[in-house]
Amino acid sequence: MAEYVIIGNGVAAVGCIEGIRSVDRATPIAVISEETHPVYGRPLISYYLEGKSKPEKMNYRPANFYEANNCRVLYGRRAVSIDREAKSVLLDDGSALPYTAVCVATGSSPFVPPIPGLETVPARFSFMTLDDALALEKAIGRDSRVLIVGAGLIGLKCAEGLRARVGSIAVCDLAPRVLSSILDDTCAAMMQERLEANGIRLMLGDTVAEFNGGHAVMKSGAVVDFDVLVMAVGVRANTALVKDIGGEVNRGILVDARMRTSLPDLYAAGDCTEGMDASLGARRVLAILPNAYLQGHAAGVNMAGGREVFDKAIPMNSIGFFGLHAITAGSYFGPDEGGELYEEKGDGFLKRLFTRDGLLTGYILIGQVERAGIYTALIRERVPLNTVNFELLKKAPTLFAYSQNQRRNMLGGVV
Amino acid sequence: MKRIYVNEKWCLGCHLCEYNCAFANSGMKNMADALKGKPIYPRIHIEGDEKIAYAVSCRHCTDPICVKSCIAGALSVRDGVIRIDRERCVGCLTCILVCPYGALAVGETGVMQKCELCLQNACGEPACVRGCPNHAIVYEER
Repeated sequence: MAEYVIIGNGVAAVGCIEGIRSVDRATPIAVISEETHPVYGRPLISYYLEGKSKPEKMNYRPANFYEANNCRVLYGRRAVSIDREAKSVLLDDGSALPYTAVCVATGSSPFVPPIPGLETVPARFSFMTLDDALALEKAIGRDSRVLIVGAGLIGLKCAEGLRARVGSIAVCDLAPRVLSSILDDTCAAMMQERLEANGIRLMLGDTVAEFNGGHAVMKSGAVVDFDVLVMAVGVRANTALVKDIGGEVNRGILVDARMRTSLPDLYAAGDCTEGMDASLGARRVLAILPNAYLQGHAAGVNMAGGREVFDKAIPMNSIGFFGLHAITAGSYFGPDEGGELYEEKGDGFLKRLFTRDGLLTGYILIGQVERAGIYTALIRERVPLNTVNFELLKKAPTLFAYSQNQRRNMLGGVV
Repeated sequence: MKRIYVNEKWCLGCHLCEYNCAFANSGMKNMADALKGKPIYPRIHIEGDEKIAYAVSCRHCTDPICVKSCIAGALSVRDGVIRIDRERCVGCLTCILVCPYGALAVGETGVMQKCELCLQNACGEPACVRGCPNHAIVYEER
């Protein structure tokens, strides 16, 4: 019997299931899960290493979630291709699942650059999945020297999670600053200081030229000896299933605001997609958890014959290291692109608000992040700054910046 | 569903709601023991200036972006009320990043807290409403 098929079992899949069920309670759903765990919060794996979460607490939904939503999960199975003629998804065990509509929610995979000698490293790991974290945990000891390649969100959260459990941690990145995808130089320097104060050795503008067992020779000529290696250079969207059958793919699977791919009855959601970034006005892979859920939900509603548009995707991150929090959102346009910057700095805090054409397009807050969502809403909703008191907002995010009427709508009724 | 609303015209900006909220959620019997000389962690806060004031707490949105964004599955909707499982919360602050009302804040223990309409504590009804001296904060169906 034809059913909805979801390829992937991450947060986008949850959004999709809940989206479908908001429209169609009856048609069965099949979820193809390569991982053998029920859905869990992937970003929690560093908190797990840090001792702030446990596998049983990482489940993203209650234990009866799939059953309550009439879903069957095919654990340990992988989709190998989609047969559009037969309208079925082919699995690695040779079976075929007939579908009425498919949501491709395959996520992304770690990108491992072909560094000479990498295969000679006995203890090398990625840091994407719970199984990665559990395997890494087994490999470390109190005296382990850990080398992490990549000072982005994944590499540095891994470093924080491991810090109290190993002897030393060195992190290298070809970029000249940490968190280069979300922070500019000034902000990155502040975070770098916090990381270094907590014993993370950073080697920026440098990466491994060659491995020889537990020995890394850096591009700069420096030498790092290590016991455990974590490769966290970046991720690549898993696009093959759609690309193989002629669907439009760039860095991710191209989707419209209803999460439709270029092929009929084929939807996609989450880290594997490339959709419109509302703050940039251009397509972009936005591999962040909230977008995965929201895209999944829109896909699900539309697959089930409803209508949901998700056109407010923007990059946004909340990330902390050793007690110093950074919240960032949107796009940062420089003066050469017509952007303007408002900045405030103080002891342990930093605020950068980026505006262009009368709109807030992005912001970076470090240290003082209270009520940041008020800024985020200005970006997502594209609120013209001449309709709010932006001078007040520069000081702090507050609903007082809205007119009394606007505020009455926000606070005086059901929203 | 009943929600908490504030009438700007009547709000004095006295901040009593913040104290009543912090006390109701402290689990303690005596307000002085609970709050005196300590930083307080209310789930409602006053905004405004000398002339206009109003209290802000969770709107219990019908389409809550905080729930959809939580990385830990710690936020959920039950009977229309946005609840937080503070055992699951890891304090990543993603809900602060997305809430358009600024209604979630870090609690004393480093994990998030938010208004749950006093359904989860012993107060029985929203403490901010019960203690508002000018009846500016109401708990009603709209």
